[in-house]
Amino acid sequence: MTKLKTQSLQKRDSHLANSNKQLEILSNGIFQSGELPTFKSQISKTDQFPLKARKLEILQINVGYMCNQVCEHCHVDAGPDRKEIMTRETMQQILDVIKTTGAHTLDLTGGAPEMNPNFRWFVEEASKIGIKDFIVRSNLTIIRANKKYYDLPDFFKKHNIHVVSSMPHWTRGKTDKQRGEGVFDMSIKALQELNDRGYGMPDSNLKLDLVYNPSGAFLPGDQMAMEKDFKKALIEDFGIQFHNLFAITNLPISRFLDYLIASENYEDYMYALVEAYNPEAVKNVMCTNTLSVSWDGYLFDCDFNQMLELPVNSKAKHISEYKEELLEGRNIVISQHCYGCTAGAGSSCQGVVA
Amino acid sequence: MSKTYYDPADLRKFGKITEWSEALGSKFFEYYGKVFEEGALTAREKSLIALAVAHTEQCPYCIDAYTKDGLQRGVTKEEMMEAIHVGAAIKSGATLVHGVQMMNKVNKLDG
Repeated sequence: MTKLKTQSLQKRDSHLANSNKQLEILSNGIFQSGELPTFKSQISKTDQFPLKARKLEILQINVGYMCNQVCEHCHVDAGPDRKEIMTRETMQQILDVIKTTGAHTLDLTGGAPEMNPNFRWFVEEASKIGIKDFIVRSNLTIIRANKKYYDLPDFFKKHNIHVVSSMPHWTRGKTDKQRGEGVFDMSIKALQELNDRGYGMPDSNLKLDLVYNPSGAFLPGDQMAMEKDFKKALIEDFGIQFHNLFAITNLPISRFLDYLIASENYEDYMYALVEAYNPEAVKNVMCTNTLSVSWDGYLFDCDFNQMLELPVNSKAKHISEYKEELLEGRNIVISQHCYGCTAGAGSSCQGVVA
Repeated sequence: MSKTYYDPADLRKFGKITEWSEALGSKFFEYYGKVFEEGALTAREKSLIALAVAHTEQCPYCIDAYTKDGLQRGVTKEEMMEAIHVGAAIKSGATLVHGVQMMNKVNKLDG
């Protein structure tokens, strides 16, 4: 059993559950006073404003905010209390789009995507279309959370799902601090089960990647060095193997923003992000080749903009209105949280970008 | 002027020392950067050495910087504390080994 780390901002009735409040914080203070440059002014220096969307390569679907975990830094503010769940009707509209688009990657996220009652149906239907890379972002513990999920590793294998899972550290203490007591042990068990099915093994086509995001108010270290340390520790301690580690920067929104403010780390963190700004990373930020679809079918430049309720700058606002020509070349909607994707070697749902 | 000797915000201004001595400042930062690159020692090992020295030198800026650097590299708090004990052991050992000098002197003067 795992113990919930905290409660969602929504359940706590926090003022930060309101995305406008988050955007206000990100625009005021050190950015309003000019102490730090806004993201817009920063990218303008290298003639990268406005950021433009290129051809769609990755369709990322958020099938709902419900989750069996309540991680301290969740940018979705997910949790068991969240009732936003994608309907089969919206899923059908997405399937219709997948058939027409040239996107090579379908990326399912949440919440815990497996908790959507139509999750398996959607995976089965989408698999039939023949996506090159079909990702499910699984929090691992869901596999062991309830009997009805025990067969997920087999289900993933059957549909050749690329499993991408969060793992904040190779030690119990740091993992449980961020994700809740008992999460580490349960995650290890789930990883072993995935390994048993062939996931993550060298030369295996069953892809198993881990996502590392820092457990506190600091930026991730070098992705390759972290991967080496993770691999060494997980194989030595638990005999676990995986393919790649994606180092992802925590963006200052939602529960992570709440944490930064409560721990009086907000200004230092924003300084760290701005100081680590890398114009090279801007060239490949994920919003330029990704489209994020919310549980109710609305379109966003990324999952973060979805949580900040910043819709795409296009006539097509909903998946039912999807037309490639309306979305390609659109101006990306930005704010100061975008510094999170351009710090150091950059950050995306696929790890570093520069 | 600040009424305290140390201000955490001053760490961010470290690079400004170059403004009053461009050549020396730039050379220092170039050297500094090279030292911390991956070499015979990993960048992670160097970070832990830096943390231990930061404590023996009692430099609050360095402690802030290399605690954060360690966290970024996935260093655990147990590893950090062990590194500091290495520094402390050398510090106290360096004090105590001078006890031999004291003993020599006593033996010479009053033996």
